[in-house]
Amino acid sequence: MHKTIEQIHEHIRDGNARVVTAEEMPAIVAELGEKGALKEVDVVTTGTFGAMCSSGAFINFGHADPPIRMERIWLNNVEAYGGLAAVDTYIGATQQSDTLQQEYGGAHVIEDLVTGKAVELRASSRGTDCYPRRTITTDLLLENLNQAIMCNPRNAYQRYNAATNSTDRILHTYMGMLLPGAGNISYSGSGTLNPISNDPKLRLIGSGVPIFLCGAQGMIVGEGTQHSPAGGFGTLMVTGDLKEMSPDYLRAATMTGYGVTLYVGLGVPLPVLDIDVVRATAVRDEDITVDIIDYGVPARSRPSLKKVTYAELRSGIVDLNGEEVRTSSLSSYRKAREVANELKDWVVQGKIPLTLPTRPIDPARQARPMVQTAAGPRVLDIMDRSVITIGEEVEITSAAKKLLKGETNHLPVVNDRKELVGIITTFDISKAVAHPGKAHLVRDIMKKKVVVTTPDEPVDLAVRKLEQNNISALPVVDAKNHVIAILTAMDLGKCFGGRWLK
Amino acid sequence: MKLLVTFSRGRGRKPIIAQVVRDTGVLINVERAVIDSSEGEALIDVPDDQCKLVKDSMAGLGADVRILDHGIHHNESECVDCGACISVCPREVFTFDDAWRLRCAEEKCILCGKCIEACPHRALSLPV
Repeated sequence: MHKTIEQIHEHIRDGNARVVTAEEMPAIVAELGEKGALKEVDVVTTGTFGAMCSSGAFINFGHADPPIRMERIWLNNVEAYGGLAAVDTYIGATQQSDTLQQEYGGAHVIEDLVTGKAVELRASSRGTDCYPRRTITTDLLLENLNQAIMCNPRNAYQRYNAATNSTDRILHTYMGMLLPGAGNISYSGSGTLNPISNDPKLRLIGSGVPIFLCGAQGMIVGEGTQHSPAGGFGTLMVTGDLKEMSPDYLRAATMTGYGVTLYVGLGVPLPVLDIDVVRATAVRDEDITVDIIDYGVPARSRPSLKKVTYAELRSGIVDLNGEEVRTSSLSSYRKAREVANELKDWVVQGKIPLTLPTRPIDPARQARPMVQTAAGPRVLDIMDRSVITIGEEVEITSAAKKLLKGETNHLPVVNDRKELVGIITTFDISKAVAHPGKAHLVRDIMKKKVVVTTPDEPVDLAVRKLEQNNISALPVVDAKNHVIAILTAMDLGKCFGGRWLK
Repeated sequence: MKLLVTFSRGRGRKPIIAQVVRDTGVLINVERAVIDSSEGEALIDVPDDQCKLVKDSMAGLGADVRILDHGIHHNESECVDCGACISVCPREVFTFDDAWRLRCAEEKCILCGKCIEACPHRALSLPV
């Protein structure tokens, strides 16, 4: 048995269509069976409301008098793209204000426009024969713009890996605040209500399908950027008219210490055509698995600490290596429900047309990492191999002499097996001399907690270590913890010597 | 009842909290304290009926004492009920109700401020 989209339209027109949310569907399938559910349900609505950084809007301002060909454009001091003819721009959600930085950005500009606030346009130009004007500053309202069209390259992630942090300091990430020592887990996504999770084969979700987008009737453009459904991480590119949107379903936000983002409410109606649709829409939080990723590892491939389901994440507590760790959602489940329910009303009232894709989206694609033709500098490229070390049993005065002779400020301290055990600086020695006490040996004054680097570590990561610890040198150690070199703030100058700058 | 005690260490580095515990016999629960070389701030919890006694004793020793009537301020119109605050709070102030709406148990709050930073929507702030 199957239903056609025309039959579903007919049910809607006649006022006897059964429309349910994707959250309600699993129980219906459990109660009526797959065939029963197919007969009973006409449309399943999905919904999600969360941070979707890859969002923004095209805006057309109309021509000023005298006219200007805008080359650099700011909206409330947030720079927008100036490479689109004369009076068009694209404002990206994550672009930050020149003056307020992370407290205001492109997402806030979009939210201000939608709530009816005036936004200041500032633009400049070289001036041409046809566009003589060089600058313009004026206040704009959404209603006065010719077009304001949201177009989001990557929205509605099928699911998203959860995040934790194994380091001993707080991390500020796009996954929110991660406490040290795996002190919390943050996650995002509406699980059972997620659009692609209810249509993983992308039979119903594709180009041209009308959707709920921030309170407006939007449309799926096609696959989103970084679309990777082969691994369960499909995405959608979507568009909709900003003028029809509601601040209830569109909110600017700031991940402290990371940056600005836009919370987007998005829902897709799924016509229940056959048993396969029934099976797909019966998906529950318990069926959708994600990895808990350690964001303490600053590389592209971060280790997974555990696999969990959305049901476990939503329970509030996850067992991680025998410890109960509390979870936080970054997306709002209540708002996701609101989206799915509002979309349900739209379908029942015939306000949104149901169509099948005009062009399918590939359900088997796999996104690839960047092809890098040039690797960035590594510590071994700039480290100072003429490092001087000192034994832990040496007298402080000898250490002072060694520092002077070596013209250095840092002495890594090694034990008799040549392993790194500490570090002393000119400051430590000055302190010991200024306040003479019981300390006579290097061992007595050395810092035992040494921040180190390795030869193959990218220089950018070593620089972050220097900044975060407010220090000026890192001993470079090999796998046996032997000191093979030192990286000081002075060595960083070599990065600007031309070799790494093309 | 929660009291915010601020003191400077200029006055002979008196052990104010210990002194007040001994003088009054009230068991003071220190929930949060930041003390450096020149000044300090402590958030303490005392039984309601002994609050005035503790407050007056501390003030007598030169500390500035303020009764905290409110915990963190939750702006419900900015809040989208995501729950980013839930796992960063050391006192489990935030929970979801049955409809996934965020609930804030203000009385448990020790004003550490972690949730203020963690809230993506700037919906949490210190009480005025």
